[in-house]
Amino acid sequence: MQNQMELTFSALPQNEAFARVAIAAFAVQLNPTLPEMADIKTAVSEAVTNAIVHGYRGREDGLVRMSAEYGDRRLLTVVIRDEGCGIADVEKAMQPFYSTGDGAERSGMGFCVMQTFMDAVEVDSAVDRGTTVTMRKYITGEVGLHRERMLDEIG
Amino acid sequence: MLGAKSLGNAVTVVIAGELDHFAAPQIRRRLDELLEDQTVTHLVLDLENLTFMDSSGIGMLLGRLRALQSRGGSLSVKHMQPPVEKLFRLSGLDRVIGVEDDIRGGRL
Repeated sequence: MQNQMELTFSALPQNEAFARVAIAAFAVQLNPTLPEMADIKTAVSEAVTNAIVHGYRGREDGLVRMSAEYGDRRLLTVVIRDEGCGIADVEKAMQPFYSTGDGAERSGMGFCVMQTFMDAVEVDSAVDRGTTVTMRKYITGEVGLHRERMLDEIG
Repeated sequence: MLGAKSLGNAVTVVIAGELDHFAAPQIRRRLDELLEDQTVTHLVLDLENLTFMDSSGIGMLLGRLRALQSRGGSLSVKHMQPPVEKLFRLSGLDRVIGVEDDIRGGRL
């Protein structure tokens, strides 16, 4: 079975929590473990925050688009897209502790968190056109854990 | 943030809810108000009811750590939930911010 969803919301900081709740409500259909769900929510929060803070630079009329899908292979794909200022050097931006140095207290860990908490992260960006972040994660889920435990017991 | 408790030059603050880019400025303001008292050198954050944190929280905590270190003080946390603890380990925060022993905390 293939399932998908798409949402568009204003680039407002209060919508970071909304995005987390929305992706959790979609991903829960795959019956993920609690750590898997926490990973997905954290990665989505990072990508949406990047869109708001760096993509639109606080411009509140911007729109963030979030879509997600999964199929029989239990591979969850989440795409976060903005039409903001884009990233001139994606490779540099993805380095740990890299930050735009805008004076705010930023850790520069956003992409690092996404890469660690998800199985694959792709960033496609063009200056003045926007950024698309595609993240994928296999969901082992409670069923998968149960199967692993059974296999362990069988030896 | 729910409340703060002082003991000598140490203050324990309970941070509850979610710590993201939206919430970070409010929590930062409250903590900085407490740190305006120059006699406060040790800040302990009780994170038992902090259910979510992303890298915005890391930046905010590092900012407070620097402020405390500049007056010879320290920052520590206790009662971390597993998702928050995972982020602490990934970012290396657990090497610069004290993590008080917590028998309730689990590992992912």
